[in-house]
Amino acid sequence: MTATLEPRAIGRGLARRDGGAKVRGVAIYADETPVPDPLFCRIVQATVARGRVSDVDTAGATALDGVVGVMTSTEAERLASTDDAELAVLQGTEVGFRGQIVAAVLAETDEVAREAADLVRVTYAEEQADARLSADRGDLYTPESVNPTYPPDTHEGDVAAAMAEAPVTVEQTYTTPMHHNNPMEPHATTALWEDGHLTLWDSTQGVHPVRQTVTQIFGLEPEQVRVVCPYVGGGFGSKGNPHANVIMAAMAARAVPGRPVRLALTRQQMFSLAGYRTPTIQRMQLAAERDGTLRGIAIDVVEQTSRIKEFAEQTGVPTRNMYAAPNRRTTHRLAALDVPVPSWMRAPGECPGMFGPEVAMDELAAELGLDPVELRIRNEPEVDPETGKPFSSRNLVACLREGAARFGWAGRDHRPGMRLEDGWWVGTGVAASVYPTMRMPKSTATVTYDGGRYVARIGAADLGTGTWTVLPQIAADALDVPVEDVDVLIGDTDHPEASVAGGSSGTTTWGSALVEAVREFRDKYGEDPHDGDAASGSVNPNAAEEDYVMSAFGAQFAEVRVHADTGEVRVPRLYGVFAAGRIVNPRLARSQFLGGMTMGLGMALHEQSLLDPRTGHVVNHDLAEYHVPANADVDDLQAHWVDEDDPYVNAMGSKGIGEIGIVGTAAAVANAAWHATGVRVRDLPVTLDRVLPAR
Amino acid sequence: MRPFAYATPPDAREAVLAVAERPDAAFLAGGTNLVDHLRLGVATPGLLVDVTALTSAEIEDLPDGGLRLGAAVRNSDLAADPRVRGRYPVLAEALLAGASGQLRNMATTGGNPLQRTRCVYFQDVTTPCNKREPGSGCAAIGGATRNHAILGTSGRCIATHPSDMAVALAALDAQVHVLGPDGERTVPFTDLHTLPGDTPERDTVLGHGELITAIDVPAAPIAARSRYRKVRDRASYAFALVSVAACLDVAGGRIRDARLAFGGVAHKPWRAHRAEEALRGAPATDESYRAAAGVELADARPQEGFDGGNAFKIPLLTGTLVSTLRALAGEETRA
Amino acid sequence: METELTLRVDGATHHLRVDTRTSLLDALRQRLGATSPKKGCDHGQCGACTVLVGGRRILGCLALAVAYDGAEVTTAAGLAPGPDEDHPVHRAFVDHDAFQCGYCTPGQVCSAVGVLDELERGWPSAATADVAGGPDLGDPEALDREIAERMSGNLCRCGAYKGIRAALAEVAEGVRR
Repeated sequence: MTATLEPRAIGRGLARRDGGAKVRGVAIYADETPVPDPLFCRIVQATVARGRVSDVDTAGATALDGVVGVMTSTEAERLASTDDAELAVLQGTEVGFRGQIVAAVLAETDEVAREAADLVRVTYAEEQADARLSADRGDLYTPESVNPTYPPDTHEGDVAAAMAEAPVTVEQTYTTPMHHNNPMEPHATTALWEDGHLTLWDSTQGVHPVRQTVTQIFGLEPEQVRVVCPYVGGGFGSKGNPHANVIMAAMAARAVPGRPVRLALTRQQMFSLAGYRTPTIQRMQLAAERDGTLRGIAIDVVEQTSRIKEFAEQTGVPTRNMYAAPNRRTTHRLAALDVPVPSWMRAPGECPGMFGPEVAMDELAAELGLDPVELRIRNEPEVDPETGKPFSSRNLVACLREGAARFGWAGRDHRPGMRLEDGWWVGTGVAASVYPTMRMPKSTATVTYDGGRYVARIGAADLGTGTWTVLPQIAADALDVPVEDVDVLIGDTDHPEASVAGGSSGTTTWGSALVEAVREFRDKYGEDPHDGDAASGSVNPNAAEEDYVMSAFGAQFAEVRVHADTGEVRVPRLYGVFAAGRIVNPRLARSQFLGGMTMGLGMALHEQSLLDPRTGHVVNHDLAEYHVPANADVDDLQAHWVDEDDPYVNAMGSKGIGEIGIVGTAAAVANAAWHATGVRVRDLPVTLDRVLPAR
Repeated sequence: MRPFAYATPPDAREAVLAVAERPDAAFLAGGTNLVDHLRLGVATPGLLVDVTALTSAEIEDLPDGGLRLGAAVRNSDLAADPRVRGRYPVLAEALLAGASGQLRNMATTGGNPLQRTRCVYFQDVTTPCNKREPGSGCAAIGGATRNHAILGTSGRCIATHPSDMAVALAALDAQVHVLGPDGERTVPFTDLHTLPGDTPERDTVLGHGELITAIDVPAAPIAARSRYRKVRDRASYAFALVSVAACLDVAGGRIRDARLAFGGVAHKPWRAHRAEEALRGAPATDESYRAAAGVELADARPQEGFDGGNAFKIPLLTGTLVSTLRALAGEETRA
Repeated sequence: METELTLRVDGATHHLRVDTRTSLLDALRQRLGATSPKKGCDHGQCGACTVLVGGRRILGCLALAVAYDGAEVTTAAGLAPGPDEDHPVHRAFVDHDAFQCGYCTPGQVCSAVGVLDELERGWPSAATADVAGGPDLGDPEALDREIAERMSGNLCRCGAYKGIRAALAEVAEGVRR
């Protein structure tokens, strides 16, 4: 148990420190880093999903005025490490997926680079590709672990027996489609190789993780590589790990020492090179008593990975901790396909993995004629069902009750298809949210006293999450000084090492490092430091993690309207109530919750990447065809939280909030769509054609 | 993107001649579709002739009570014009249902109907497409077909026309003024666009070098009670899955006349003459509307697709038509 | 092929020589170093590149620079009356936390200024119940629907739509008073 800071700045809804720069557009993002006389790099992508590059004809490209060079696997430098096949750019002729980088062009202007890239002629020895995911494939395999290091399968008791004996069961298959992160800022890097030093102004969720990868791949020392990223135009996981474009940018820069190089992926290119969420197939089993008490719960997940690199989404993992039941099973099976490499997307595991289970719970409630809120309350576990450890705090029930009260849930007629208002079928639905409270093992901060101000430094990232604003609040309270007297500088490997902004761990991890640095500082210099006094501190392992399971919880309530003639689906109300420890900055936290819920709304209604199994590429690879929510899709959207005092999580008493908002949203919407129409949609998204039979 | 020359001739005639004499020349107006196609490699002109300043940007009253829409009138100005809003609500609504405020500030009256299909395979030069590259095949057939056509398709192309404005103009019996190297001609709007047949590379009957200079919308008292209803996945800023432009004349619970055109279902704005005929004289009831949809959709041919295909467009268009006509007829009851 | 042109950007005049293929967006970003208009899709599908030309909002990515010779371009950076002063839309965006990552934000801000002007002119939108009559700005719910529809051409993946609408409603309210 850590001493929780006395909140003075913490808990205040301060406006963003970077707000003024962002609304004017003068905050600098990677691709617009001012550098003298940059070259432009454009990539050429494989147009087959499997095979070999047999020839690259660069004559047309090199003949253009302004082309500085064309890079292919023949000319490109040999990388020191090619262990990661996704990042082994231009190291061989094998094509692992359609869209892989097979050449790149460097030119004096962007226009010429683009034209030259179009003129590179690549011929392939194409092989039969296999890009079709299904649960009945013969070659499904069990990964060694699922993201990041969970066991793939868990078993307790006998679910089959419970299913055979229980008076009420639900057995259904649910699917979620392939999703793309689609941050508004395309993945981009400005790179400079000069005097044996590489500088990358990269759009990333972690400057130090990028440096670590780049040093390994190029065989460089950390002192030779600087990564800078003050602002990130969104990432949602896709910028959590460097993808091939970063390696390509660095290679290009190393080919032209002294010349800066810009490489920005196009929106279309991001659909094959910047990661995505795997489609999932979730076979659910619930066995229950007539009063709703669960006797058994099982989820068997099938999903895809790329043949050249494994990523196993932990879709079944949230089921391990959600509800009490003596008989339990979770499994993960993968199909390794000729497809782009999947990766992190906001709440990997929890986001898709709370769709099937939370719709299945709704189906069970319907089967029992029970209030779906009450069904969840009846299955609330006293301790973590998987480990038997207590939760450091768990307020799912409080969220359900608070949400029900705010939403006006009481008196709901639980029968579906009963309410037709002005030509729209109206229904309501609920689902639970969960996200683990994570702390990364490594992060260090320094604190310096300088001219009456405290300046902290840490290589953290702000991808809209509010780091620029929130870390000063934490540092100020740790220092016991006004927040106005504190600066925190982030986004540069010249600052002390920080972990990736991922797993909703940033504030916990970096904040803990700051608190340690302040402790060191005060121990050394007391309350009256002199200019230049400096100390550093690092995040420690949390001993309480041995004894407690730590997670944030939430409940989401949706009202759905389905047009009786057209099936159009709208969500006039979406309320989320969360229990996520102490809220460090309410103004910014609300934006995080609402943002997650909005992305969840997109998942519910629109989002699906259509991977053509004949070609292996996503055909709706742009923002006109891959529909993220637009302004008019959002109506009465509200985020609230319940007070939660958790002395075990960290010195701030906070839990991560960046991801939980997207968890459960789609299930709440799908459940409400059923309540409106009587049509149970088990395959996302809930599009009008799937509810049209309602009429 | 291939390099191109850019020219701004002094007048429309010069512009037409400049394009006519070069097979790889193209007109540039608002640019919202062409500039996109340049970047995608879908269009590879060697010369762009900018006509934005060369045709009228005015909306003029015609003696019969109709309107002449200059080709350079921006979509936003057209939708905001009080005469358009009062006389042809269906046209204003169609314009406002399309694209975004920014795009409507750029797109022109002459350019909007000439925008090309948003078929994802047409826009992706790494896949075969008979429209983009005649004879290369159609990747859409058997692919992702949710947004594709159900009427008037061919074995070579199943694309839809994306314009909303064009659907309204088809319902309003607009006339298109065209200036070509051989002089002027007028084309009925419903004849402007073609079905794919064996030549899906052609979208319209316009020849190379022919320029739309204005569009006339004739007086249409029936349009006073008219509506454009667009159904799409997002609540805004998305192309139509289906759309209906409808003008309805109802008296005493009976339909005297109707004008109907459908969007999102064919290679052209689909004027529904058969449904109109079915409605004339029929009682203003859901059954009549449903029957009219059935008549028009009798020849509909849905597409299979790995994304589930587009058979849903038949009940969807039926429901959309019923809903739209019911609302229009309801206005009569209220009046 | 290159061509010469003049652009007035945020009050400053620039003479430049560009490739005919250069978009207005790339001319601003890559040639003039303007960071305010952003490139989110380069295909007219996201709105991040929204700038005002002659006071009207357009997409810089679908505009060829050569076709905008002599244009008066305003970016979100140029809306501020002075270096230490905010435009009301700037202020309202910060107050309502109408953004997170900030990448779509300058385009949202320019679009918002365009929307305010369109509302003032009485232009209808797809959310207007009666297109002939025009938008009903007196009803807060109708105003919210109008703003939502009119701002839908500016995508925000962080999901700041609620804040954007609140910010814009506040400024619209001020304009009306």
